[in-house]
Amino acid sequence: MSTTYDPYAGSRETTEGRVYTVTGGDWDQTLGTEAYGEERLVVNMGPQHPSTHGVLRLVLDLEGETVTKARVVIGYLHTGIEKNTEYRNWVQGTTFVTRMDYLSPLFNEAGYSMSVEKLLGIEVPQRAQTIRVLVMELNRIASHLVALATFGMEMGALTGMTNGFRERELVLDLLEEITGLRMNHAYIRPGGLAQDLPEGVVEHIREFLEFMPARVADFHKLLTGQPIWQARLKDAGYLDVTGCVALGVTGPVLRAAGLPWDLRKVEPYLGYETYDFEVPTTDTCDAWGRYLVRMAEITESMKIVEQALDRLEPGPVMVQDKKIAWPAQLSLGPDGMGNSLEHVKHIMGQSMEALIHHFKLVTEGFRVPAGQVYVPLESPRGELGYHVVSDGGTRPWRVHVRDPSFVNLQATAAMSEGGMIADVIAAIASLDPVMGGVDR
Amino acid sequence: MSDDGGVPARPGSGEAGYGESAAPSGGFRKGAFGVSGSGDTSGFGGLVRIEPGGAVALHSTDRPYGGYFDEVTDALIEAVGQATYDAAVQRVLVDRGEITYFVTREHLLTLVQALRDDEALRFELCSSVSGVDYLDSGGPAATSDRPRLHVVYHLTSMTYRRRIRLEVAVTAEDPHVPSVVPLYPTADWHERETWDMFGVVFDGHPALTRILMPDDWDGHPQRKDYPLGGVPVEYHDATIPPPDTRRAYR
Repeated sequence: MSTTYDPYAGSRETTEGRVYTVTGGDWDQTLGTEAYGEERLVVNMGPQHPSTHGVLRLVLDLEGETVTKARVVIGYLHTGIEKNTEYRNWVQGTTFVTRMDYLSPLFNEAGYSMSVEKLLGIEVPQRAQTIRVLVMELNRIASHLVALATFGMEMGALTGMTNGFRERELVLDLLEEITGLRMNHAYIRPGGLAQDLPEGVVEHIREFLEFMPARVADFHKLLTGQPIWQARLKDAGYLDVTGCVALGVTGPVLRAAGLPWDLRKVEPYLGYETYDFEVPTTDTCDAWGRYLVRMAEITESMKIVEQALDRLEPGPVMVQDKKIAWPAQLSLGPDGMGNSLEHVKHIMGQSMEALIHHFKLVTEGFRVPAGQVYVPLESPRGELGYHVVSDGGTRPWRVHVRDPSFVNLQATAAMSEGGMIADVIAAIASLDPVMGGVDR
Repeated sequence: MSDDGGVPARPGSGEAGYGESAAPSGGFRKGAFGVSGSGDTSGFGGLVRIEPGGAVALHSTDRPYGGYFDEVTDALIEAVGQATYDAAVQRVLVDRGEITYFVTREHLLTLVQALRDDEALRFELCSSVSGVDYLDSGGPAATSDRPRLHVVYHLTSMTYRRRIRLEVAVTAEDPHVPSVVPLYPTADWHERETWDMFGVVFDGHPALTRILMPDDWDGHPQRKDYPLGGVPVEYHDATIPPPDTRRAYR
C-alpha cells in the first residue's frame, strides 16, 4: 500500500513533518466484503450511555437494525468491596455491603447480618426480625419504583421517570426517618438493628400506605393502558423458564416466565411464612410481563408492611449478649448518633469491667467461630446470596456475594440476539441490573 | 450454638495430633492478639495458641447426616455408583444445617451431571460459584496435600427445595478445575470472576477472560498474598501504616 497512491489516506509534507490524512474509507480493502454482510456494523454502546442502566457497556453486532450478537462488558464500577470486608471487623462489614446494590441496601445488610448470625448460631429478637421485614419491604417498593422510573426513561416515557422518582422519595423519607440516611443505611447489623424505630414513624408509614395505592393506580393509568408502552414492551426480551433456570436468572424475570419462585415463600426466613401475601406471576416471558410483576409486587409489599406494623411488639432490637451487641448502645444525641450518655457515664465512672468490655469490643470486635455458610434471600432483583467464611477471627475470611444483577445480566445475549436494537434497551431495562451490585 | 446430634460442634474439636508437633508453624498463632513487632511488654506476646483446622474443616461428618442430606447422598451414590462416589468425594461435612461435599476435580463433572439430571436429585440451578483462598487461615500451612485455593459451588434443587455445596480444592501451582459451563450456562460469569480474582483456571470454559478487573491487570486481587498496595499516611506528625501492615487483632 505504501508504494501506491492511496486515495483514502493521503499524506503531505509540512514544516512539522509528514501529516497523514486518515479517513477510514478502506474497510472493503482491509476486511473484504464477502466475510461480512454489507450492513454489518459493530456498535459500542456505553459505558456512558443513558439507556444502558448504569455504567454497562454493550458491544452489538448489527445487520441493519437487527442485533446478531450482543456482548456485555462489565467491571467499570468494581470497587473491591468483597476484598475490603476481609480487612475490617464483622460489624464494619455492614457498612461495606450496603454500598453494593445501592438501590436495595437493606437487603444487602440483612443478608450479610443473617449470614454472620448463622455463623454465630444466634437468633435476633422478634422485634428486630419484624422491623427487618418492615424496612426491607419498604426498600423493595423504593427499588421497584426506580426500576419503573428508569424503565420509563429508557423507553422514552419521561413522565414515568419523574413520577417514579417522586414516589420513591416518599419511601426514602421514611427510611431516612427510621435509619438516619436515605441510602447506605448500615441499619441492620449482626445481632439485630442499630437502633429502634423512632417515635411517630409508625403513623408516617401508615399515612404512606393510605395514599400510595392511589399513586400505583396513577402508574397504571399512565403506563399500563398506554398503547405505545405496550407496543414497546410486549414480546421484547423473550426468555422462558428453561432459559431463566439455565442462565440462573431469578426474581421478577423468572416469575414473569411463569414460575412462582420466591424465596420468601419457598425458603422462608425472618418469619415470612407467617405473612399473608401473593407471589405475582405472568406467563408472557417478556418485558411486559416483568413490568406487570413489579407493579404487582409493590402492592404485595405494601400488604406485608401493613402486617409488620400490626404485629410490632415492644422489646429489644439487639441480642442481649453484650459481647456482640455493642452498636445497640448507640443513641441519638444533639450532635448526631453516638454512645449514649448513660453508657459513657457507666464506663467512665462506675465500672472498670464495662470499660474493658467496651474497649475490647470497639478495638478488637467479636470473634466468629470458624466455618462457612450460604444465606440466600429474595432481593428485588432475585436471589441475593451471601457466602461467608470465617476462620474464627475478628474479621471475615471471605465474603462472596451472589448478586442477582450480576447473574441476570448474563441473559442479555439470549434476550436480545435476533431482535431489534430498540428491544435491547427494553430487555436490559426489564432485567433491572444495578451496576453497583454487578461489579461490587 | 445449637448442637444437633452427631454433628461435631466445631472444626478442631476432636482433632488430635496438632498439639504434639514441635515447632509452632502456620497452624499456630503467637501472641494474644496476633500482633508482632510491636512494643508489647505485657508478656502475652509469647503466648502460643493452637488452632487446628483454622477456617478449613479437616474432619468428616459420620452418617446419618440428618434432614434431607442422607436422601441426597443416597441418590447421588445410586446415580454415579459407589466406586465413583468413594473416589470423588473425599469428605462430607454437615455444619450449621448445610452440607458440603469435598470433591476431587477429576470427578467433578460426573457428580455435577448426576446432580443436575438424576430424577431424585434435580439440582437445576447453580446459585453461585465462588473462590476462597485458605492461605495461612490459621490451620496447617497450605501444602500440596492441603491446597489453598477452593472453588465452592452452591447448587439448588427447585423441585425438592434443597441446597447443597460442592467444594474443590487445588494448589496455586496447578490451579486447574474443569468448567461446569456446559452443564450450567449460568456459571460462565461466576467462573470468569473466580479466574479474575483467584487465578483458578477453568478448563473447557468458552472464554475465560477477566471480568471485573481490566484486561491487562497483573495478578489475582482476592488471593491472600496479593499486596494491597496501600501507602502510609502521615497525619499530625504520626504515620499510619497501610491496612495490610497495620496492627490488627486476629
